[in-house]
Amino acid sequence: MSHSNQYLTFMLAGEEYGVDILRVQEIKGWNKATPIPNTPDYIQGVMNLRGTIVPIVDLRNRFGLERVDYGITTVVIVLKVMASDGNRTMGIVVDAVSDVYNVSADEIKQTPDFGRSVSVDFIKGLAAVSEKMVIILDIDHLLNSSAIKNIDAMVN
Amino acid sequence: MSIDMAQFHQTFFEESFEGLDLMESGLLDLDAGDADIDLINTIFRAAHSIKGGSGTFGFKRVCEFTHIMETLLDEMRDKRRKVTQEAVNILLQSVDCLRDMLASERNGSRMDEDRVSQIQGMLNDLFNKKEASQLPAAGNTAPKEDNHDPDAQVWHIRFIPFPNLLAKGNDPVRMFRELDLLGELEVVANISNLAEFSSFNPEECYLSWNLTLKGAVTMESIKEIFEWVEDDCELDIRSLSQEKTADAVEHQSRPEGAGNGSEKEKNPSPESINRDSSKAIDKRGAPATAENSSIRVSIDKIDGLINMVGELVIIQSMLAQLGKDFDIDQLGKLRDGLSQLERNTRELQENVMRIRMLPISFAFNRFPRMVHDLSQKMGKQIELKMSGENTELDKTVMEKIVDPLVHLVRNSVDHGVEMPEARRACGKPETGLVHLNAYHKGGNIVIEISDDGAGLNKERILRKAQEKGLIKDGEIPSEEGINELIFLPGFSTAEVVSDVSGRGVGMDVVKKNIQALGGKIEIISREGKGTSFIIRLPLTLAILDGQLVSAGDQIYIIPLVSIIESLQIIEGNVNLIAGKAEVYKLRDEYIPIIRLYDVFNIPPKNTDLKGGLLVVVEGDGKKAGIFIDDLLDQQQVVIKSLETNFKRVEGVSGATILGDGTVALIMDISSLIRLSHQPGYTNHNVTILSASKAA
Repeated sequence: MSHSNQYLTFMLAGEEYGVDILRVQEIKGWNKATPIPNTPDYIQGVMNLRGTIVPIVDLRNRFGLERVDYGITTVVIVLKVMASDGNRTMGIVVDAVSDVYNVSADEIKQTPDFGRSVSVDFIKGLAAVSEKMVIILDIDHLLNSSAIKNIDAMVN
Repeated sequence: MSIDMAQFHQTFFEESFEGLDLMESGLLDLDAGDADIDLINTIFRAAHSIKGGSGTFGFKRVCEFTHIMETLLDEMRDKRRKVTQEAVNILLQSVDCLRDMLASERNGSRMDEDRVSQIQGMLNDLFNKKEASQLPAAGNTAPKEDNHDPDAQVWHIRFIPFPNLLAKGNDPVRMFRELDLLGELEVVANISNLAEFSSFNPEECYLSWNLTLKGAVTMESIKEIFEWVEDDCELDIRSLSQEKTADAVEHQSRPEGAGNGSEKEKNPSPESINRDSSKAIDKRGAPATAENSSIRVSIDKIDGLINMVGELVIIQSMLAQLGKDFDIDQLGKLRDGLSQLERNTRELQENVMRIRMLPISFAFNRFPRMVHDLSQKMGKQIELKMSGENTELDKTVMEKIVDPLVHLVRNSVDHGVEMPEARRACGKPETGLVHLNAYHKGGNIVIEISDDGAGLNKERILRKAQEKGLIKDGEIPSEEGINELIFLPGFSTAEVVSDVSGRGVGMDVVKKNIQALGGKIEIISREGKGTSFIIRLPLTLAILDGQLVSAGDQIYIIPLVSIIESLQIIEGNVNLIAGKAEVYKLRDEYIPIIRLYDVFNIPPKNTDLKGGLLVVVEGDGKKAGIFIDDLLDQQQVVIKSLETNFKRVEGVSGATILGDGTVALIMDISSLIRLSHQPGYTNHNVTILSASKAA
């Protein structure tokens, strides 16, 4: 068996998404964030994470999914995002955390091309884990502030 | 494992720069003719440790260079040489040169070889001349014909033995002993090739040496000592005076390069000013990257911290004990513990902040030299007085205040203090006074730069401002208003542009820099008596005095320094220009109203201006009234960056964490005002205002 990585998966509108577990710093319950003026809708605001100011991205909103009220399972996954100008800490709001899977590199399949209708830049690939499909996200691409604009194309 | 010398470099450089500062201030205090032996000793020791260090770390050029300085100083120390003004000047130049050399070693950039060899040549000349009075004036470059005075010969020997040297029965120590008999010997070993311990072969020689031999020695006698090992080593024997001749030849072949340093100083043509300034920018650019900032903290401060942390641990264990089997009867005890914890935490915070605080002498130290050089160049007599050097200031603030201070001191020397004749004519002492003073006042540090010169010439300032169209014809500002004019961009009253000041870029930049630090600058000037610049700065950039305000369901913080006043809106004073722009009549001026919820795009709570609160603020010289829902507390807040994890946000300078753990944004007033000017921002609620007016 080839080299495998662990992925933390979470639920978002019925689909299961995965992120590299080594990038996950912590999972915490949803607390009201302070909104930042004149930023896109999906930036929920900033939160205090033990003295550091961490921006929070609502992933449903970011993917253009239907907005739901935050409930008891709603969590913030705090991630380490690597960018050319240094590392950042950011949080994403998801419906619920799901599981941790071992996925080897060759189990991750290329995302099919949807042409212009859906941008798949921030998807690393699709993995089948026990009959389920898990969408593996490329969080560096997803959460880079410079790339934030590009995502709007995917929403439509 | 070989010893990685690089890990000590940082310390070496820091110490060396400190040593150079010490040498510089010592040299400035040194009176020609009547030299204080303690002072020379101090200078000598500083030179000596730089030499030793540079030798150890393999900075050969620096080592060689310092060696000559050291030798000179040594002779002065032993009264074998007189302390002349020329010698002091050359030594001062050498200190500068050495500083650049060390800087380029640290940054890994190329050093200015021409300058180094030129100054080294000057030093050698000085060294070779017993009669120091006949020295060429400082700045005259090419060394004279070499005089091979065997008495003062300095030999440089680079001795790199092959590994098998020891195996052949040769012992370097014995050779060095032999050399020592010939004259004064300095041995510096280079251990960089030392093998790892596991592969260390005791029969092999891993060392190499740099030797400096001083005395009446001939090449032959040195060679004789190395005769037996000639084939087993790399040997390079050079006389320092030979080196100098080589340099001189180099200079002649490249007159342009050699003249670079000296001519420029003497008569700055416009071209050379350009070159000079571009060079200055280069210089500033390079070290910025290299300064991975460390800070020297006094043991006292650290001991204080250790004590405090100790107490914190005690309280923590006490509380832990209390929590283990808590009973409601112990509530009082718990309260005590918590209040102790609070006090302790606060003290700890204050003390940790103090680590970043440095005495302002770090910024002041450069001025004696600068004033000395400038006044000599301009033929003025100026005494520099400094007080309050121990006033402490945050390191970041310190770094940013240096340039404005340099500018202001230059201005005082150049424009402020008059020439000796003019002073005599006014009945003032010929020697002018420039006074730097620093002290704490409230939560601020105040720095005053005052001179007893001519004061600002109001008429000339006014005339100049009118010429340049900075004020309208016929408009006569108040006295302070006139003084403020010099802070406008493009303003310079200097009739002649000198290389010292007067290029009209300056005072506006000074003001801008100080404002960027959250500070203020004001001028007090009395004609004929002198000028004072008074700078007020916050002690630290990490903490800010803020006014908490609420708008919608959010809490924001307005920096207290930006607030002029807060007032309740009187409806009759609100006017609408062209149906959109709201202005408020504040006494005799009209200020634009910024509705905070509009600019920040948040759901408003109260949109009716009537009876609402207006915070009058100033940013970038522009005033505005910010319409908010409520004024809350005033408190000190710790500034946290938004950019670390996010990006710059227009209108916001940072964030802070409030007592309840939530995040509140700190407003950046200048950028907020800019934001409100953008076309995207429109007054959505104009109708509401007109409706309420109609009612």
